[in-house]
Amino acid sequence: MLYRESGQFSTSYAAERRLFRLYQERIAFILLLAVAFLLVPFIGNDYWFSAILIPFLVLSLAGLGLNLLTGYAGQLSLGSAAFMAVGAFAAYNFNLRIEGMPFLISLILGGITAGLTGVVFGLPSLRIKGFYILVATLAAQFFVQWVFTNFAWFSNNSSSGVITAPPLIIFGWDLSSPVGRYLLTLSVVVALSLLASNIVRSELGRNWMAVRDMDTAAAVIGISIPKTKLLAFAISSFYLGIAGSLWAFTYLGTVEPHGFDLTRSFQILFIIIIGGMGSILGNFLGAAFIVLFPVFLSNISSGLFAGIVDVGQLENIQKIIFGVLIIFFLIKEPNGLAKIWQTFKQVMHVWPLRF
Amino acid sequence: MNFFFEVLVGGLLAGVMYSLVAIGFVLIYKASKVFNFAQGSMVLFSALTFVSLLERGVTFWVAFFITLLSMILLAWVIERYVLRKLVNRSPITLFMATLGLSYIIEGLAQLLWGAQVHGLDLGINDEPFEFQGLLLSQFDLFASAVAGTLVIFLSVFFNKTRTGIALRAVADDQLAALAVGIDLQKLWLIVWAVAGFVGLVAGLLWGARLGVQFSLSLVVLKALPVLIIGGFTSISGSILGGLIIGASEKLAEVFIGPYLGGGIENWFPYVLAMLFLLIRPAGIFGEREIERV
Repeated sequence: MLYRESGQFSTSYAAERRLFRLYQERIAFILLLAVAFLLVPFIGNDYWFSAILIPFLVLSLAGLGLNLLTGYAGQLSLGSAAFMAVGAFAAYNFNLRIEGMPFLISLILGGITAGLTGVVFGLPSLRIKGFYILVATLAAQFFVQWVFTNFAWFSNNSSSGVITAPPLIIFGWDLSSPVGRYLLTLSVVVALSLLASNIVRSELGRNWMAVRDMDTAAAVIGISIPKTKLLAFAISSFYLGIAGSLWAFTYLGTVEPHGFDLTRSFQILFIIIIGGMGSILGNFLGAAFIVLFPVFLSNISSGLFAGIVDVGQLENIQKIIFGVLIIFFLIKEPNGLAKIWQTFKQVMHVWPLRF
Repeated sequence: MNFFFEVLVGGLLAGVMYSLVAIGFVLIYKASKVFNFAQGSMVLFSALTFVSLLERGVTFWVAFFITLLSMILLAWVIERYVLRKLVNRSPITLFMATLGLSYIIEGLAQLLWGAQVHGLDLGINDEPFEFQGLLLSQFDLFASAVAGTLVIFLSVFFNKTRTGIALRAVADDQLAALAVGIDLQKLWLIVWAVAGFVGLVAGLLWGARLGVQFSLSLVVLKALPVLIIGGFTSISGSILGGLIIGASEKLAEVFIGPYLGGGIENWFPYVLAMLFLLIRPAGIFGEREIERV
């Protein structure tokens, strides 16, 4: 990088294991947080908060959830949106049905409910592996969507199954303005991301990676496969559940079960493919890409080919470009955008020399 | 009781349609261990191409052959630009590549031919007729006949021809097949083209039934539980699996559905497949995999 790391020696195990080993990285991280928390709320406008930043943060969190399961523990899943739906609907119901329930607690309870649901649909993974687990996750996807569409109780008997956000009041602060919702989302995402980056560096994270790389060998060296896999499903679904609640309450303000369909699951899968499997940073890069790319594309097309390409076709073109990108990434850069960042850092390490 | 049998037969015949999609899946999985999520998009693409040609005044057989050619072209492009670059990668990577592929094919199909629903008339009389007190759809019987013929044709192809034998060798061990001089790339092209052909047949039958529209590509989601039950590598397994799924989902919808509020058709096959997995993970005709460390 632009800075040099020479001279920074770890003198204790704790120092070596810390999240950012170099003090430049720590400073950069604190600066990033400072900008996100202190500067952006003042310079951003409502469009940026509501249409770009909040969905970006929520999708990063959802990608993080799936990445823990797929990227770290090696269990393929097409049911991410189902766990998001469980989180959203459970948080809504906890908030609605228990008098005086604080928003944050209902958010966490929603996440826990989603985590438990994840364990239930993760149970088949103890006996089957590989593609077969897709069936269990797809079962979750269709079953959950059906439950929320068919049983009006979950949406408080709203005729169309739509739930609306509870008042976003935290410690007496009303956070319903775009800036407030942004800050709320940002705090949750930052806290959970730090937690996740610590989980994956812990014993549990290492066990996940062992199971991902070769589960038979992992079992041989004494890792409990059932415990590891079920914890992966539980924690991943917890993250997805929180992301689902945020999606419903801080991003859209209202959501119907159809908002968490298979397309959403694919979207989250694409985030981790493009961003990078098994990388925390990758989720943010992937989510930024997924959120910004359509905006970029529609701006380009309205600027360059105004009137030539109509809106319906634009969606098809967008679909094709996404497909091409995914295949491109799988072929050229299987580790995603995160790997490109890594390579860039490597190059900058010795720049301007070659080696 | 008569009603029960009518539902059952209706379900079995619907199951045949699922089998048709599942067969395309099995072919590709057998030859390249690729779990092809794009099979549904191939069904959509072929049906949409066919029906659009028909609407532009092309005769039936000309349209059929043009569509077939376009499927072969598609197979060539996939082999050349996707599979060849991803050789020796993990199955999960290949699966995700087919996800991307399905996006491309769906987008392309709708970009070329538009997103509206097309009616497709294959000229088969769809008036139900009575057989031993049961009302049967002629169209469904025709579809089963087509599926049956297709299975016989494919079995002969895979068991008797040189290509078929080479294909089974590839399925068994890609490296060993390469070592004895089998042209892997040519075989993949053939397999994807045949899968495209099967997709075309399935697309025509499904399209005639439901109209050619985007939801055709979602048929792949019904084929998945069929594969789980039948086994990923067995053509006869996918027929049997299709019948089981078709029959049980219709019976469940009609007899259990009303108690649960209906619409259970969507997830019932998956739950069934999940239960099935717990009993016999490899499917009815699937091969049990042996793992070595």
